[in-house]
Amino acid sequence: MIRIALAAETDIAGWRDAARGLLRAQIAPADVDWQVGRDSLFDHAGDDRSSVGGRANDIPPPRGPQPVISKELLRQIETALLHSDPERFALGYRIVYRAQSEPKIFLNPADPDMHRLRGLSKSIRRDIHKMHAFVRFRKIGSDENGRESFVAWFEPEHHITLAVAPFFRNRFTGMNWLIVTPEASIAWDGQTLATGPGGAKSDVPQEDAVEAEWKAYYGAIFNPARLKTKAMLAEMPAKYWKNLPEAALIPGLTREAETRMNAMIDKEQTAAIAIKDVMAPAQAHGFTDLDSLYKALSAATDYPQEDFSPTLVPGEGPGDAPMMFVGEQPGDQEDQAGRPFVGPAGQLLDRALAAASVNRDQAYVTNAVKRFKFVQRGKRRIHSKPSNQDVEYYRWWLEQERQIVQPQVIVALGATAVRALTGKSLTISRNRSQLIDYRDGAKLLITVHPSYLLRLPDGAGQKVEYEKFLRDLAMAQSALAA
Amino acid sequence: MAKLDRLQKLTILADAAKYDASCASSGSIKRNSKSSGGIGSTTGMGICHSYAPDGQCISLLKILLTNVCMFDCHYCINRSSSDVRRAAFTVDEVVDLTMDFYKRNYIEGLFLSSGIIRSPDYTMEMLVQVAKKLRIEHKFGGYIHLKTIPEADPALLADAGLYADRLSINIELPSDAAIAEFAPEKSGPLIRKTMADLSGRITEAKVERRKSRKAPLFAPGGHSTQMIVGADASDDAAILQTSAKLYTGVGLKRVYYSAFSPIPDASKRLPLAAPPLMREHRLYQADWMLRFYGFSVGEIIANAQGGLLDLDVDPKMAWALMNRQSFPVDLNRAPREMLLRVPGLGTKGVGAVVRARRFGRLRLADVERLCRSTRKMRPWIIAEDWHPGARLDSDMLRAQMARPAKQMDLFAA
Repeated sequence: MIRIALAAETDIAGWRDAARGLLRAQIAPADVDWQVGRDSLFDHAGDDRSSVGGRANDIPPPRGPQPVISKELLRQIETALLHSDPERFALGYRIVYRAQSEPKIFLNPADPDMHRLRGLSKSIRRDIHKMHAFVRFRKIGSDENGRESFVAWFEPEHHITLAVAPFFRNRFTGMNWLIVTPEASIAWDGQTLATGPGGAKSDVPQEDAVEAEWKAYYGAIFNPARLKTKAMLAEMPAKYWKNLPEAALIPGLTREAETRMNAMIDKEQTAAIAIKDVMAPAQAHGFTDLDSLYKALSAATDYPQEDFSPTLVPGEGPGDAPMMFVGEQPGDQEDQAGRPFVGPAGQLLDRALAAASVNRDQAYVTNAVKRFKFVQRGKRRIHSKPSNQDVEYYRWWLEQERQIVQPQVIVALGATAVRALTGKSLTISRNRSQLIDYRDGAKLLITVHPSYLLRLPDGAGQKVEYEKFLRDLAMAQSALAA
Repeated sequence: MAKLDRLQKLTILADAAKYDASCASSGSIKRNSKSSGGIGSTTGMGICHSYAPDGQCISLLKILLTNVCMFDCHYCINRSSSDVRRAAFTVDEVVDLTMDFYKRNYIEGLFLSSGIIRSPDYTMEMLVQVAKKLRIEHKFGGYIHLKTIPEADPALLADAGLYADRLSINIELPSDAAIAEFAPEKSGPLIRKTMADLSGRITEAKVERRKSRKAPLFAPGGHSTQMIVGADASDDAAILQTSAKLYTGVGLKRVYYSAFSPIPDASKRLPLAAPPLMREHRLYQADWMLRFYGFSVGEIIANAQGGLLDLDVDPKMAWALMNRQSFPVDLNRAPREMLLRVPGLGTKGVGAVVRARRFGRLRLADVERLCRSTRKMRPWIIAEDWHPGARLDSDMLRAQMARPAKQMDLFAA
């Protein structure tokens, strides 16, 4: 029995030299005992050939020619030798020994020795891959030029620390870094890749300011509706968790996943909008036609007057129209003409109605607030948004108007109309484009005010919003037909 | 509303991005920072830096620039009518966040998408700015995946390809009719046209690159898309036919399938149920059969009941069960194309069998060493010391091959 003592767990050069000598001396694999020298267990000069020299003397003198080993086979073996399996050196020698008589052995994936070797190198590649993935740097500072320095702690399963150093240098060239493992450490300062002795977890800082953001990201990117912990564990086994800051979140996220998904499903089923009648039921009023209604409205003197034009702009259209449009208030041009929707927004509405094949003659158009509110700027009268009190004053009149016309579909154009019709401030974007049950079996459809489309700055954006508006109008029209 | 800090924005905009299935950082060129002195590298194979409890790989920082959107696509959490909280990053915030995460080795790079604000052009320009700033100002060598907006100016797409490794446009739904119904602002023909344009540019850049190493790169990682499964009524047959057309017609690298999962404040026109994860899995398997195993869509869906893939057995097994006359396959003689059709034998296994049988006739024990398991394979193969005999004709075969009952959840209380 020949005992070969290698200098260190990663003494691959030592193994190579010894294997060459043993092959030349024609020593059978069964007669070799591979060991890693106890005294040199903490010697990290893995590539230092001189440390092997003395022990190689134990090998008997050469009996045959220089052995031939294919480069590819040697590469495969040297990867496998990074494994922590103590049998790896013997396995490697057995394969190169067999390769002397079966040179193509490494091409046969079904050979039991090659199968085992493949198993080892596969776990090495995996360990290297996981180290590339799971090292987490923490920042320790930066120098006067702004060059930052980072430190990481990692516990690989096999002897791979030195093998991964080039990867980290090529990736993190523009910063200084140090990776400490129990067995060795590697460092980069922008000039040289240095190796050093191993260390302890307490050697590296235990926190980093950005980690809170990373954890927030980890929690937010997780979809609770797709819980698959087995798939996660297969790729990120629990043994790695202790050095991954985000792993602390896993139990909580897992536990709450089902509750969160069910909450989303339950919420949807109860989310249908219900417009409750929040306005006191209209008193018996005696108005049977629009003329008498508007006569009474113009006679009333308690209306809000500050900032308002005195001109009353009545609604317009057939008194029995199946569709009613409610806008905000008359504008400058409407105020002058005494008719609703004749200005730019009205013209846009006309165009849209035509494009959506809504019959303009069937529609009754009116405003939530019947007079023009403005501020004077020089010669111009600038539109001013009616207050909730203004809306509240005219609301009662709007409801009378609706009861006379009795439309099947009411289209609320913009937030003021929505408030006037529902008594609530509802978000347009969330509630638009659907037919909502309204009083007396009518349907309410909420959409934007045409003046919103005119205010959009950009051609393309305007087009998108205009198309949406058209779809809303078409939806209102379809409710009529139904 | 109070101004949101970076962490709050990140939480909102990552939450908004998670319905994009792709997180791949593979398939691009190899690149490192050795000569640039910057930060970042790509190895070509991609690295998953973490895994969420949903089993999804976390490789890239996957966020939206903003979840404010003019479009109103029913299946989308960010549609204009949704009740979600809105936020918007600035270009610099995304750039800094990417660098901060990358330097701590949390990620391989950035996957940036966005809701459409102001206009498609404006939005696309912001996305390109992020990529440009990372590459030029920060000498960033990591992976960049940009979502492209079909409605944007083609010149902006051309810019995007200069800085990104991968570009993608989500087709979302398999038919133009479904797109018109559920994503009214989008257009199927425009999406396909833009994909075809991208494909043309990618191929052209590759040809130029072969002539000169100095020719500019254009999205070297190719382009991909995503289809939502289970939101509309399209069956698997329709989905796979669309995929096949995309793979051959516009040279897509990948089609991702995303089981529609309930989103907060969903549109009322969508199914409110747990996502059809098994259906999604079967579609991925069928997709693999199209790309790597030489099957045609017709063969895969020939026996699909109601146009849906069998959920109990994988599609390759389903094909074998319906085509028993083609089996058993002799592992020691059969051509590669036929080996690829054996259930339980993958592309790697086929390669190993072909290499190993040069050294001698394979026995079952040899096959066990070449492949992970022979359980699924046994009824379908002949080896030196193995013949399935009557098993192949057994009525029980389907039941034996069906997936085992669901196992207990590891974290269940």
